[in-house]
Amino acid sequence: MSTKVQPITSQPNPTGKATTLTNEEILRYSRHLIMPEVGMEGQLKLKNAKALLIGTGGLGAPLGLYLAAAGVGHLGLVDFDVVDFTNLQRQVTFGSDDVGKPKALAAQARLSNLNPDIEIETFETKLTSENALELFKDFDIIVDGTDNFPTRYLVNDACILLGKPNVYGSIFRFEGQVTVFGMPDGPCYRCLYPEPPPPGLVPSCAEGGVLGVLPGIVGSIQAMETIKLILGTGESLKGRLLLFDALAMKFRELKLRKNHSCPMCGDHPTITKLIDYYEFCGVRGEEAPGPDVQVPEITPRDLKSRLDRGDDLFILDVREPHEFQICNLNGHLIPLGELPRRVHELDSSREIVAHCRSGKRSAEAVDFLRKAGFRKILNLKGGILAWSDEVDPSVPKY
Amino acid sequence: MSVKVIIPTPLRVYAGKADSTEVSAKTVGEALGQLTNKFGDLRKHLFTEDGKLRSFVNVYVNDEDIRYLSKENTPTKDGDTISIVPSIAGGFV
Ligand SMILES: [Zn+2]
Repeated sequence: MSTKVQPITSQPNPTGKATTLTNEEILRYSRHLIMPEVGMEGQLKLKNAKALLIGTGGLGAPLGLYLAAAGVGHLGLVDFDVVDFTNLQRQVTFGSDDVGKPKALAAQARLSNLNPDIEIETFETKLTSENALELFKDFDIIVDGTDNFPTRYLVNDACILLGKPNVYGSIFRFEGQVTVFGMPDGPCYRCLYPEPPPPGLVPSCAEGGVLGVLPGIVGSIQAMETIKLILGTGESLKGRLLLFDALAMKFRELKLRKNHSCPMCGDHPTITKLIDYYEFCGVRGEEAPGPDVQVPEITPRDLKSRLDRGDDLFILDVREPHEFQICNLNGHLIPLGELPRRVHELDSSREIVAHCRSGKRSAEAVDFLRKAGFRKILNLKGGILAWSDEVDPSVPKY
Repeated sequence: MSVKVIIPTPLRVYAGKADSTEVSAKTVGEALGQLTNKFGDLRKHLFTEDGKLRSFVNVYVNDEDIRYLSKENTPTKDGDTISIVPSIAGGFV
């Protein structure tokens, strides 16, 4: 599961720590070397540092690029995902040729091209409670660029157990949060948020979207914090939560305090080993997006044949107006959030088929309408995505 | 007491897309009460069924976490800013 790109030009030495730079490295890092905040001493710290990036995608892309370019001597990349066409809008490490390749390997190829003098280790695996401590133990700094709550809590807890700094960044649409957890006397993620939101209450990136530049900015701030921690210079974000609103172009800062009764990092910790983070976050099974509501369904093929037959079906589209503009099935648009106050637009005597992009929001809509007394209502299984796959490939997927 | 409440991106959809709103309140609890009266859809995202602030939603008066002040009884004064900061998980998706 792990492959290494051996350094090409750096000199091996018995202590394992580099004490010199090659002439080529001196040239490469000259803009660092001529500033007193880095200098030769700092550049050697970077060269001897080991940073582990959890995720190589949105936040991981600028992180990997800048840490590699800056000469962080040993980078670990953890990602089990494969590059997908929709990633290219923001995951700038990858090129169109990388679609279909494992992200960790594609990132490794790009970063070692950028800087052949560093070691890049890849872990094409899902981070779990079983492998996290083993994976983290050889690294100095962990950089969290994951996309889900179970992994966030796992990364936090593993960092606290091992006493390692955790450079945290998180994004949603055009808003970001950055801080540094796991510093001596500093707070941890559980001090900030003792519990994750129950599934379904906070939309994920895939549902909510993200402006492509945002992970570039937030990931770059994480890269800056990582480099400062390695250099031991400046003031880290420890104890401060940096909020960034790209739309308003505003940075704000909130005080982040260590919670002395925190179960993880408080005075009397009650969590002393890694737990089941999927259970903790209320997610059953690894891929389960949350407790799905069970509602009557119709497959895209069945819907097509019933429409072709001329059955009287009312198509209800519960997506947002901007999604309707991308593609639609000529349905009546009522976004899920507006459904409660627009129920009167629906005729409960007619048969209704509700749909969204993937079938999840429309399942909620069907569940809601059934509770409101609608009896003849079905959910389009798999939504527009499945319609495009099974019935009409001319309908774009997004 | 005029207090500005900043609504975070993930919750704006439940607040008529507003990014902030002005309320007149003497405490944080009053301010949040007015906010959820104004935007009813926000209530279940901020409070549990028994009316407690949800644990993945943090509230700050200016830059201080109300958990370290007087929680919902934290007094507010003219010109204060209340920030609602829910946890977001996004990163590499
Ligand atoms: Zn803590």
